[in-house]
Amino acid sequence: MSRLAAKFEELSQSGRKALIPFITAGDPFPGFTVPMMHAMVEAGVDVIELGVPFSDPMADGPVIQRASERALAHKMSLRRTLSMAMEFRRTNQHTPVVLMGYVNPIEVMGYEEFANAAQRAQVDGILTVDLPPEEGELCSALLKARDIDPIFLLAPNSSADRIQKMDAVGSGYLYYVSLKGVTGAGHLDTADVAAKLQELRANTRLPVAIGFGVKDAQTAKTLAALGDGVVVGSALISKIEANLDDPEQAKKEIIELLASMRQAMDSNGS
Amino acid sequence: MTEKYTMPDARGHFGPYGGKFVAETLIPPIQELDAAYQRYMGDPDFIAELDADLQYYVGRPSPLYHAERWSRELVGAQIYLKREDLNHTGSHKINNTVGQALLAKRMGKTRIIAETGAGQHGVATATVAARLGLECVVYMGAVDVARQSLNVYRMKLLGAKVVAVESGSKTLKDALNEALRDWVTHVDNTFYIIGTVAGPHPYPAMVRDFQAIIGREAKQQCLAATGALPDALVACVGGGSNAIGLFYPFIDDAGVAMYGVEAAGDGIETGRHSAPLSAGRPGVLHGNRTYLMADDDGEIIETHSISAGLDYPGVGPEHAWLKDIGRANYVSITDNEALEGFYALTRMEGIIPALESSHAMAYTMKLAPTLRQDQTIIVNLSGRGDKDMQTMAKREGIEL
Repeated sequence: MSRLAAKFEELSQSGRKALIPFITAGDPFPGFTVPMMHAMVEAGVDVIELGVPFSDPMADGPVIQRASERALAHKMSLRRTLSMAMEFRRTNQHTPVVLMGYVNPIEVMGYEEFANAAQRAQVDGILTVDLPPEEGELCSALLKARDIDPIFLLAPNSSADRIQKMDAVGSGYLYYVSLKGVTGAGHLDTADVAAKLQELRANTRLPVAIGFGVKDAQTAKTLAALGDGVVVGSALISKIEANLDDPEQAKKEIIELLASMRQAMDSNGS
Repeated sequence: MTEKYTMPDARGHFGPYGGKFVAETLIPPIQELDAAYQRYMGDPDFIAELDADLQYYVGRPSPLYHAERWSRELVGAQIYLKREDLNHTGSHKINNTVGQALLAKRMGKTRIIAETGAGQHGVATATVAARLGLECVVYMGAVDVARQSLNVYRMKLLGAKVVAVESGSKTLKDALNEALRDWVTHVDNTFYIIGTVAGPHPYPAMVRDFQAIIGREAKQQCLAATGALPDALVACVGGGSNAIGLFYPFIDDAGVAMYGVEAAGDGIETGRHSAPLSAGRPGVLHGNRTYLMADDDGEIIETHSISAGLDYPGVGPEHAWLKDIGRANYVSITDNEALEGFYALTRMEGIIPALESSHAMAYTMKLAPTLRQDQTIIVNLSGRGDKDMQTMAKREGIEL
């Protein structure tokens, strides 16, 4: 069983939902990332999505775009992101790590070399925003052969057919994009999410993590009740951006926000 | 070539290139668009409406003009200019925006978005949106807003909202990123009119099909004027829509050589250029696999060209395929050479070309003398130079 499958199994048995933070590798500087990952684990997160910086992040809002730009200014790359994942794994064997990014760095590295490198780094899942299943057959096959989960997105306008397709080709979990828009958008409608989740549940047995537009503990709690996990990214990166002259303060505020989400998600009632 | 050319395949691939590399929210709208495009391109009603618009609104057919004086001066092949500069709004871009806007109308979309580099596609989009009464938002890199301010004003006059994009290199690629972000956010009511033969399938094939009127007309006009097919075609290539529009109807005519001219900027050897086919590598950007300007980590490299319309790190996937199979030749022209082409056409023929088209003119100056005087070159004069007057005056130290 993959580390991701085991994690969701364990959460399900204990009646809890996954808290999944997203940070961009190398933002605001490379030395920040691995200690931040360990600190997030201590704050109670279950899975970490590590963003691979890319020059043209088409699906991301301004907050994550700027995170990519800051990281790239420090010469961050897919290779260095894989090194960070490997470094994290040296002292943490239980927290699944998912790399999230765009396909061009993988294309240039070569799919097989990438799959081998991800295996060496003991990465657990790969989510490539602009590699839908019809273009990603080769990549998915290479990953699955190495027990790495290919993770796919679903959107508010995804049809039942599409959900079934993702159920067939994806593993680990499905990432439900909770709104039509880019990461960090401000128009999340939880009633819409609740309705769509019923359709998702009817068409997949995979765990569903919900992301895009999750800003605070209350939203995290509401969405956690609907899915199997909640992804929070831009809200964390905003803390980095607000404290560029004081990374320790950024770290502290990120941990506080995650801890408040953890607490809200684990508490009964509203 | 013995077999008829039929690219792309059913999945939108030109060999390894093309495809649909988009985020999941955009899968339903591109499927919807593909279905509408398949349906209406076979609908006589739609085609009749498109043809009428091209004739009475755009002003087609555009002339094929024999540049006799310039041909004599260069001592070589007879040069014919396909006068897309005479179209309404001043470039070939309107051929495609008229077509896509008609599709948008049939699909019931009420809002149009577009990206633009030089502003020609933005103007052509704002124009058709005004005519159909559709809301229009145009994304344009902040650098391009500054260097193409005349076109920005034109778009605003036409009622479009022009958004200056401040991210990344602040040029065409960033405008495309921002337009994709808008589309994903307003996917229900919005039609994205992509201006070149890039983007996810069906855009490369659809934009080609709307632009192929250039080559279909040129073929007939050349036969009428010379009694034979041309020996060579020349067109500038940024994303590559004017080039594919000219080339496509000639692909099965093996005797017709094709030259796509990329922007070499300061020179290929300096790294400061916009020539992915000449000096790039395959990769994925903006929904398709093609040749790109990317570094060893797969990050997109900033491009450089004197012409905003060619300042793009990718190129249409069909050009990537035509390069790999050897059907078309891709060459490059520096900023300085393009300026020579600009002045030559202006002074020899009394036609001021756009800086983009000037790259094709400059390559023609190299090619024509290598051919016999009974041979024929068709050069796509894709746009007129009015929009570049400020840039040129500034280079000459003149304040307008």
